[in-house]
Amino acid sequence: MINKYRWYEFVLIYAGLALFLTFILAPFITAFTVSLRPMQSLFSIPYRFLSENMTFEAYWQMWSSVPLLARYMVNSIFISSAITICGLLAIVPAAYAFARFEFSGRTGLLAGFLAVNMVSGAVLIIPLYKVMQQLGVLNTYFAMIVPGTAFVIPTGIWLLRSYLMKIPRELEEAAWVDGAGKLYTMIRVILPIALPGIMVVAIATFIAAYAQQFIFALTFNSVNELNPLPVGLFQFFGRQTVVWNELMAASLVGILPVLLLYVFLQRYIVAGLTAGAVKE
Amino acid sequence: MAFNTRKTDYFPYLLLIPATVVTLIVVAWPLVETIRLSFTDASLRPVENYVGFANYEKMFSRRFPEVIARTFYWMALSVIFKIVVGTLGAVLLNAAIPGKTLMRVLVMPPWIIPIPIGVFIWGWMYNGQFGMISGIGQSIGLLEGPFEFLAFKSSAFFSTIVTDVWIGTPLVTVYLLAAMQAISPDLHEAAWVDGASRFYRFRRITLPLIMPAIATMSLLSAIWTFNSFDIIWILTEGGPRNATTTMIIDTYKTAISRFKYGEGAARAVMIVVFLSLFSTFYFLMISRLSKKDKEV
Repeated sequence: MINKYRWYEFVLIYAGLALFLTFILAPFITAFTVSLRPMQSLFSIPYRFLSENMTFEAYWQMWSSVPLLARYMVNSIFISSAITICGLLAIVPAAYAFARFEFSGRTGLLAGFLAVNMVSGAVLIIPLYKVMQQLGVLNTYFAMIVPGTAFVIPTGIWLLRSYLMKIPRELEEAAWVDGAGKLYTMIRVILPIALPGIMVVAIATFIAAYAQQFIFALTFNSVNELNPLPVGLFQFFGRQTVVWNELMAASLVGILPVLLLYVFLQRYIVAGLTAGAVKE
Repeated sequence: MAFNTRKTDYFPYLLLIPATVVTLIVVAWPLVETIRLSFTDASLRPVENYVGFANYEKMFSRRFPEVIARTFYWMALSVIFKIVVGTLGAVLLNAAIPGKTLMRVLVMPPWIIPIPIGVFIWGWMYNGQFGMISGIGQSIGLLEGPFEFLAFKSSAFFSTIVTDVWIGTPLVTVYLLAAMQAISPDLHEAAWVDGASRFYRFRRITLPLIMPAIATMSLLSAIWTFNSFDIIWILTEGGPRNATTTMIIDTYKTAISRFKYGEGAARAVMIVVFLSLFSTFYFLMISRLSKKDKEV
């Protein structure tokens, strides 16, 4: 019927999709093939994706080439988790306020938070660096967690607000009529119902925090043990050569946590990311 | 829409305290402080003096106008490619074909993973000695010998754009796909009954209806691209010979690599000026679009 394609349309669509997905996925496939090849075979000309002696050795070797590799991965997960928890403590009440209450300055404040999305960390880095220096918190997790938190708040508020707005308001009205206070109503009535939405926001926040912890770590931290993975991976870059196969292996292992989270929850994450701006 | 609260009700304000405090400390105050620093000669030395507009004068007498022009050129190309590739991808993924669900899931990874990790992979592909693109180029006879993509001005410039497009396209695709799926199928069916071709329906129904989404995404991705730091920094650090030095990179180099906080701050202020212009456009557009929505 309407969606029936003629044979050449099918061919065109699949050819187009093949091209599109090649562009998207080729780097990942390349990284995987590189991670499976021994170093000597990587420099062959003409270029080959595969070599005779493919091996998982890089996945073993990398832990001893960069002794702190596991630590970097743990650091990344720790920093992202901390940002997620701190972020939620700010996001949840703020999103509830924006979703449910009319108060003076509401639009301005919401716009203010959204405007944060447009500021780059690089713009703020000079005063932040100076103040962290004065507070003596350079080279601590704190210096990476606090700035990171500010940058996950706007999107979090936006996502959770649209979720909360779908919860019927009668629930609160009923609770208030029964004499429950506003804080009690929020914590005991609304938040339990909103838990699925909060979980999605938490995961989206974690993924975002995991993805964007580069510039603050690069600038505010010079203690090797505290580095998150993106900065730690620079250790595979030697003076003369880069240990490409191990770098690729470590990269792929490093992105596994976020990819797994994404695969399990992609439906909600995509819906959440796109809901805000398409419908409002 | 929301509950009306009496003027004496401080509850919503209490709820906003944590988010506001963090934002004030990490974003608002540093912004103000950046403006102040831009009028000083702040550096590693503990003393700083007020120098008026000296930093700004110095900045513009040097090669800065070139940096601004390059930033906008870089941003425009990158955003155009993202929107075009993203729209095409969304159209293809919107087709009712077997396997579409899986393919939709496969689009997102470049946007989900930490940018530096994606960039390391591109670093391998751009490598001249043995990198993938140079290698394939030679195999199919496009290149005569090994080609170091990041070593020459114009190839480095375009290489950083390609990587930026790779990272930015997924969100555009998924966002526009969602906009397309929000279109009521009745419209397409009615046009189909009237004998409208697939392309005609795309041009006259789909495209006008996703136009607001395309506009929103263009502006948002312009802002993000303008702010793009990780990709250029890791691939080229702004080189070769400044070919990829955008405003963000220039600011970072001046302030953090060369410790000229005052001069760096002046550059940061210029970035903020441009960002405020973008943001103004964005909010005007959003409020215009939401007004239109209410009329319908």
